Amino acid sequence: MRWALANAGQIWSLAVNHVVIAVPPIILSLLLSVPLGWWAHRHPAVRRVLLAGSGFLYALPSLPLFVILPVLLGTRILDPVNVVVALTLYGIALMVRTAAEAFDAVDGTVRESAVAVGHSPTQRFWRVDLPLAGPPLLAGLRVVSASTLSLVSVGALIGVQSLGYFFTDGYTRSFVTEIAVGIIGTVLLAVVFDVLLVLGGRVLLPWVRATDTRTGASG
Amino acid sequence: MSFVLAALAWIADPAHWPGPGGIGTRLTQHLWYSVLAVLLAGVIALPLGLWIGHTGRGRGVAIGISGALRALPSLGLLTFLAVALGVGIDGALLPSTIVLAVLAVPPILAGAYAGVEAIDPDVVDGARAVGMSERQIVTGVEMPLAAPMILGGFRSATLQVIATATIAAYLGLGGLGRLILDGLPVRDYSRMLAGAVLVTVLALLVDGLLTLLQRRLTTAGVRASIGAD
Repeated sequence: MRWALANAGQIWSLAVNHVVIAVPPIILSLLLSVPLGWWAHRHPAVRRVLLAGSGFLYALPSLPLFVILPVLLGTRILDPVNVVVALTLYGIALMVRTAAEAFDAVDGTVRESAVAVGHSPTQRFWRVDLPLAGPPLLAGLRVVSASTLSLVSVGALIGVQSLGYFFTDGYTRSFVTEIAVGIIGTVLLAVVFDVLLVLGGRVLLPWVRATDTRTGASG
Repeated sequence: MSFVLAALAWIADPAHWPGPGGIGTRLTQHLWYSVLAVLLAGVIALPLGLWIGHTGRGRGVAIGISGALRALPSLGLLTFLAVALGVGIDGALLPSTIVLAVLAVPPILAGAYAGVEAIDPDVVDGARAVGMSERQIVTGVEMPLAAPMILGGFRSATLQVIATATIAAYLGLGGLGRLILDGLPVRDYSRMLAGAVLVTVLALLVDGLLTLLQRRLTTAGVRASIGAD
């Protein structure tokens, strides 16, 4: 505790760095997974390819990916962009299946009624399919958020600054307190993000007050 | 692309395979730690998951724990246990195996209880009606019916462990991660990429094998009922 207070400045700046690296992949995974999931939902062939692809992506271990990406992207190995791209890939891998299943789960009769009252396919997507797929999408995004925040720290092994620095530094100094501060910091960030996502969901999806308790069970 | 070719050439070089730091040893270590961790996690999580699914008790707790474990950073957990257990630079097998097992618990647990829960309650009641004991119901009805999901849980657990075992190399544990971490300070990109490529190929190979196993171990009746859905 005393250590944490004495180093509050460093903890804060590393936490800010951590957030700065974690936020783009979380947002990008959502923005990319929804259209991909929609596409997969409409075309079984696309679905097979996308699900196989996301399984493949998810099977890639993170540290090697951080090392391979600079070669593919032409970035330097210490560039945080590598970590952002890698985490976005993981986010999509986690999220595409959820998105496809979320659209599958929309009740067929509701969809037919929307068509019957004269919705065009575009209107149907924005007014019917997307809102109704909202809760499972949110559940998927919460998983992506937690796993992204936890994976950011692996970047510390290749020198990308985040709360993960406390793990490598604490290990070389055999100093448990410092490692514990890093763990608690990461978990706190994950909790804050989760609360923000849930609150955001309440605002954006006001019609799902009676939340389905089963959504937390996936994975 | 020349980097990739250099990495492949590094792997193909027979001089890099034998010896205590060679690819052969690293590969064997990586597999050994992974198998050990998944077995340890399976011994804990599978009975627990079956129990939760069978009784319907403790579901909330299981979901909570799984969520919390997902948010825990594996590198932090790894270094914390290594320092807390007072393990030196060379004896990191115990904390690493524990951490890897901890990471493997949630997917196995989730696969087991979700698989059992998804079974039609009428089937379980039917088994009870013909006089099967609770133990027989679990082993003879629920486990075979839930097999695809149980094995799916083991599959994602194994992948996660293989991926994280790469990080465990940081603690002085062997495995393929060493190639990456040894190459980093001396800027030996061929070695780092070689390590990265080897881990990735290993993960994909094991994933493919487990997928085949998942199909083979699913009984014909269960396969048919999945197909009918």
